Amino acid sequence: MATLSLSAIGKSFGGADVIPGLDLDIAEGELVCLLGPSGSGKSTLLRMAGGFEMPDRGTVRIGGADVTRMPPEKRPTAMVFQSHALWSHMSVAGNIAFGLKLRRLPRAEIRSRVEAVLELVGLAGYGARKVWQLSGGQQQRVAIARALVLEPQILLLDEPFASLDQHLRERMREELRDIQQRLGITTLFVTHGQDEALALADRIVVLKDGRIEQADAPDVLYRAPATRFVAGFIGTMNFLACDIRRGRADHPLFAVPLALPDGPAELAIRPEALRLTPDAEGPVRVRRVTDYGSHVLADLETDDGERLKAHCPPEARPAPGQRMRLSARQLSAYQQGRRAEASPAHLREGALHA
Amino acid sequence: MSRRTDWTGILLAAVLGLVIVVPLVVVAIWAFAEVWRYPSVLPQEFGLRFWNATLARPDVWAAMSMSLRLSVTVTALSALICLPAAYAFARLDFPGRNWLFLSFLASHAFPKFGLLVAIAGIFLNLGLISTFWGVVLIQLVGTLMMMIWIPVAAFQSVDRRMEEAARDAGAGPVRVFWSISLPQAAPTIFAALMLSFVGTFYETEGAWLIGAPEIRTMPVLMITFINNQIVVQYGAVLSVLLWVPSFFALLFTRRLVGSQSFAKGFGV
Repeated sequence: MATLSLSAIGKSFGGADVIPGLDLDIAEGELVCLLGPSGSGKSTLLRMAGGFEMPDRGTVRIGGADVTRMPPEKRPTAMVFQSHALWSHMSVAGNIAFGLKLRRLPRAEIRSRVEAVLELVGLAGYGARKVWQLSGGQQQRVAIARALVLEPQILLLDEPFASLDQHLRERMREELRDIQQRLGITTLFVTHGQDEALALADRIVVLKDGRIEQADAPDVLYRAPATRFVAGFIGTMNFLACDIRRGRADHPLFAVPLALPDGPAELAIRPEALRLTPDAEGPVRVRRVTDYGSHVLADLETDDGERLKAHCPPEARPAPGQRMRLSARQLSAYQQGRRAEASPAHLREGALHA
Repeated sequence: MSRRTDWTGILLAAVLGLVIVVPLVVVAIWAFAEVWRYPSVLPQEFGLRFWNATLARPDVWAAMSMSLRLSVTVTALSALICLPAAYAFARLDFPGRNWLFLSFLASHAFPKFGLLVAIAGIFLNLGLISTFWGVVLIQLVGTLMMMIWIPVAAFQSVDRRMEEAARDAGAGPVRVFWSISLPQAAPTIFAALMLSFVGTFYETEGAWLIGAPEIRTMPVLMITFINNQIVVQYGAVLSVLLWVPSFFALLFTRRLVGSQSFAKGFGV
């Protein structure tokens, strides 16, 4: 196992900077998810770690050794591709054994290692099958087995579960997490599924335009997003534009005291932090109600036409058209795109009423 | 489950069948006919007399062997030259790539006979006229376009991720080509090989112009047969003999391309 560090790494395609310059260090055995919208440079970053793209600037180090100019076949990395990229003209065992054969291992050892890794991914006895005879989930596991059998120091995964259905994806990511922890393998994982990142990662790196917006543990990222972009990108967030005047937000719903400099700001509240109470005089009206089973999502509108989303427990399902009073358990503020440091002390549960 | 009968399809198949199959059947019947006079629908006498006569001739066997040797040599050389080139066209970006790629059309863009005469002039100076390798060279030119253009398409349709996965597993570029790209593109490349084999086998103008008088292939022999004596049966017997290689090629292609391992695409 080894560390992976990218320092001042940069890449341009056709004169346009995809990644202007970025630093990222991944500790031994850590699982880091790269998360970001399309075109944010997450796949490019992963491919530079794997040697499939040459960085224009900066260095890639694995376990301290500079591998920046090393081709993929020489790097101690293994990649799992989004399309699985299994070789359809080979059997399952043939796919897994390919890299071992290149290393000229004795035949008996190849066989035992292929069997062991198939066992590890839960496909014991599938060696002789053709890859196209397998289901999507099984193919994905073969792709993972093919990467793991080479005992790489760094495992790279490029949206490996994108083509699987919801249930299978959830199961596969649990299995992957399980294997990754058992082997303690340093892993870099690209996804645009934020639930996947939140469920899997030790640390999530949110990218935007080739720059790191925030790199933190999933709970920190969700509960204390550092920027307006991260706050809006991870999960659902209600943003309420307002002005700060003499230490107080001037928003009609949440005229809360905030120790911030005067100027425009945005209040940010998660739907699950809002509580609704029926009140004929209430400031918001329910526009629509969507039942997600575990919770009910209410789409609210103020008299000014401002929209909010709020979670309600299924038993307290509001009716469309009903007027409501709002309270927020938690609220944060963003000024100039960044999270405002000053959090008023009294913004604790139930403390805020509209 | 009831399915509507596709009459247009059946009609089309029938017309095509009539146009393609009937002449072949007529030639096949002629090959086994000893007496067939107008207006009889079938020959009055069947027999193998012309077969015996044809197969007893040493020049027929010599021509058959010459044609096979030429076709195998030309196809093998063409594959050796064209497949790596096709891979380069499909995967690498180099200056003049598109111009070079289009230039392979050039040999088919001009009237072939004029080109052949010009080449024959050059070959005469080089002492290649009427030699085996002279004919190989001229027929090689004829296969170039097919053996570049078809495999380029085949290599381009190979999932790049598959090649990258092989690099990742530790294979160098040559190994990736040999173990991944080539097998993945195999069915299409095989079709190109078959086309160039059959095309070379039946190629007449080049073989005749460059090869005569020493090098006599089956089609060249057939022309001399037909020119010298208007006995339909000789021509028919040779025709049937000429079908043999393409018939086997067709069977072989069907087996390979139809087989499950290739028919089922993957990850695309």
